[in-house]
Order: sequence, then structure tokens, then C-alpha cells
Amino acid sequence: MTSNAASIESQIVELLAKRVAPGVNVSAETRIVGGLGLDSVAILDFIMDIEDRFDISIPLDRVAEVQTIGELSRAIESLRKGAG
Amino acid sequence: MALFSKFDALRTTIQSLTASGRNPFGVRFERILSATEAVLEGRPCLLFGTNNYLGLTFDASCIEASVRSVQEAGTGTTGSRIANGTYGDHALLERRMAEFYGKRSAMIFTTGYQANLGLISAVADRNDCLLIDADSHASIYDACRLSNAQVIRFRHNDPEDLSRRLRRLEERPGNRIIVIEGIYSMLGDTAPLREIAAVKREMGATLIVDEAHSLGIRGQHGRGICEAMGVEGDVDFVVGTFSKSLGAIGGFAVSDFPEFDLLRIASRPYMFTASLPPAVVASVTAALTRISTDPSLGAQVRSNSDRLHRGLSQAGFEVGPEPNPIVALKMTDKETAVRFWNGLIDRGVYANLALPPATPGSLSLIRCSVSAAHTPAQIDRAVSIMIAVGRDLRVLDQRPARAAVPLA
Repeated sequence: MTSNAASIESQIVELLAKRVAPGVNVSAETRIVGGLGLDSVAILDFIMDIEDRFDISIPLDRVAEVQTIGELSRAIESLRKGAG
Repeated sequence: MALFSKFDALRTTIQSLTASGRNPFGVRFERILSATEAVLEGRPCLLFGTNNYLGLTFDASCIEASVRSVQEAGTGTTGSRIANGTYGDHALLERRMAEFYGKRSAMIFTTGYQANLGLISAVADRNDCLLIDADSHASIYDACRLSNAQVIRFRHNDPEDLSRRLRRLEERPGNRIIVIEGIYSMLGDTAPLREIAAVKREMGATLIVDEAHSLGIRGQHGRGICEAMGVEGDVDFVVGTFSKSLGAIGGFAVSDFPEFDLLRIASRPYMFTASLPPAVVASVTAALTRISTDPSLGAQVRSNSDRLHRGLSQAGFEVGPEPNPIVALKMTDKETAVRFWNGLIDRGVYANLALPPATPGSLSLIRCSVSAAHTPAQIDRAVSIMIAVGRDLRVLDQRPARAAVPLA
């Protein structure tokens, strides 16, 4: 894992901390739907937090393609490169 | 894997909701007595959860027009307008809707859900960006999926957030289309339309406003929040429903775009479904005449909304921010909301149980809707019953009420 990817993942975990129940462990393999204990709207709210933290746009169709935290991290990295 | 195993979690949820009494999504009324009363479980029940904002479902002129129409034109059109043709009354209702809004054109759809589906999915395509309020109704979300456009949510009722998200899209090609609602269906809060219209102008975007919960209720002529806030000129499309204030079923969209009628041969939810039956078209046309000629209907539902909102907030309930015809009581958790909802039915009041993810911010709500047809006595009775249930469940303080019934 690059240091950049590690940094993105740690920021994702930090953003999730305010949304998931205590005791839910988050790793790159954690599935976003089902693995976090969040309902569909809470997941979309979390995606808004991600957009703001990284100053990117993640269209909803792109959200649907991403299944794990690791995949989300890679999607963020590619969207940031695309923007830059 | 079994076909229905994908619904295992849903089945568990509905079983736990039903365990404490009734199925909140399967209530069966034995008889509808009026716009505000029905028979439920053998007893009369006050209706505070039916979105019958102006009480026109039993309006004599609407019923008469509907009966006459079914006798003259039959029970159904048996197909879509592009195949089976348009009836004179479809065209008449479209002209009346356009005149009512002061817009060049109107299209009617078979449901309000399909009006959003039909308008949004046709005006936005994969090259465009839709910016939707985070608390948008499911029909707006589904319309977005059907459009194949890029969809970005912005924070609820937050024009600055909308502006920031629009700026982030600057490099991308395509039209920017903002979709909001005048009044939001769960908490009854109003969109900051002036500020959103300013963002729209600044960013050169297109603006769609869904007035499902505000038609006939807000604005001097009943044209909704766009009229009430004086921004009708900034709104490119108004969309709405016939199933609430107009007391029937169906939906509409109005616009000044000269090319608007092209949507009739481009919008799949318009083209590939049967058109509204004559009886519905007739009652909606009569209802539109009623709200155009009788401003007391809108005034009455606003006054009734004030009465319910004030009564509940004075009693100590945490309610939605504004006295609109949707008055939501915030419950501490899902279990309390379910027990509260059952307690209301036990005592003869029907309201809506609204639970996450259908609610914003994971709130559990008892959602009430107010009608112009409610009498002050019915509203006061509902407030008293809600207070009694609130005390039983310790949602409210158990001391005697300060003012169980509004004094004004």
C-alpha cells in the first residue's frame, strides 16, 4: 500500500468513526453495505463527508460500483488524480 | 441462493415491527367515512396521516364531475396517449394546469411518482449532472437512476453546500440540473428557495422544484413555495402531484420551454403507461377550479396546521421546525415510535409511522398530515390523544399538561 493510500484509508476510518456504532472495526476489506451497520441513507451521507474531506465529486453511480473500504479508497485516489 | 433471501433483513424488520401489535405498512380501513374519518378495527378513527391537505376527496363538485365523466367517457383509456390518443379532457386539464401556473405548457402523468420519473429522466441524460437535495423523495432518486446522469447529493436545504458542489463540477461537461422540493415530506420543512434560485442563476443551472406538498397550500394563488417566495421566474420546471391537495391521483410538470412537448415522445414513464382515466381527470380539473376560486381552502389548512403544530409543541413534543401541513413528532427511538403509533390507533387516531432509512438523519417519526377538512375539535382531540399516549410512554412529562389544548 502506498503512503497516499494509507493516508486516504485512515481519513476514511476517521470520518466513519462519527457514524458507526462503537466496536465496529473498519479495515480495507470491510464491506460498505452490510459491514458498517449503516442504512442506505447513512451510507450516502458518509459519501458526502468523503466528498468534502477530499474536495471531490463521487456521483451515485460510482458509489454503487464500490463495495469495500479499500475500493472506496482507490476510487478517491483516482478521482483526486482526475481532478488534478 | 433462494430468490427471496435478499429480503431476509427486511422480513426480520417487519416481524419485529409487527410483534408489538399491527403491521404499520398494512393497515386496512374497513370504511372511509369522510376526508377526515374512517372505520378501523370496527371503530371510528380520525385520519391524520393521509395527505388529504384540502379535504377535496369528498368535495361535491369533484365527485359530480367524476361521476359524469365516467358515465360519458367510460372507466379507462386502456392505454397510453401515444398509442390510444389523447382525450379532450386530458388536453383541457393540461391547459388548465399551464394557466394556473402561468406557464407555457403542462404535461400530466399517471402518478406523481411517474411525474418525477418522467420529467427528470428525460431532461437529464448521461452527459448531464443532477444535483439533488439529500432529503429528496424516493421518486427523485429513482428518476436519477433512470436518467443515467451523474448524480450528486447536496446537504439538505443548504444553498452554500449546493454552490460548493456545483463549483467542484466545473471541469465536467454537461448541463447542471438542480432538483429540490418546496416542502419536504417527512419533517414538513420548507426549502430556502430564494437562496437556491440565486445559486442557480449564478451557476447557470436548470432548476426543478417538486411542489407535491405545497400546491394549493402556499402562495397567494396556491402555486406553492415558488410563488410564496417570489421566485417563479427562476424555476424552469415545476412538478407535482394530483394525489394530495387535489384529492385523486396523477402528476404534472409545467414549463416555459418551447421544446417542452418533445418530452411526450422522449419520456418513457409518460409513453409506456396507460393515461389517467376520465373520472380522475375530471375530478382533478374540478379540484383545480376549487382551489383557484376558493382561497379559503388554503387559508384553512394553514390555520389548522398552526393549531396542530402549536398544540403539540406546547405540550412538550419535539416537532418539525415549521407549522406546515406535515407535522412530525420526533421519537427517541424506533421502538418508542412503534409503540406510540399503536397507542394512537388504540385511541382512534391514524398517523404515519416513519422510520429510517425513509427519514432524514435516521430519525424515528410519527408523521401527521393536516387537512382543511379537519375541524378545530378534531385537531384538539388528536392533540389530547397524542398527549395521553405521550404520557403513557413517558415521551412526555407525566405531570398535568400546561395547555393540553391550544388556547387561541
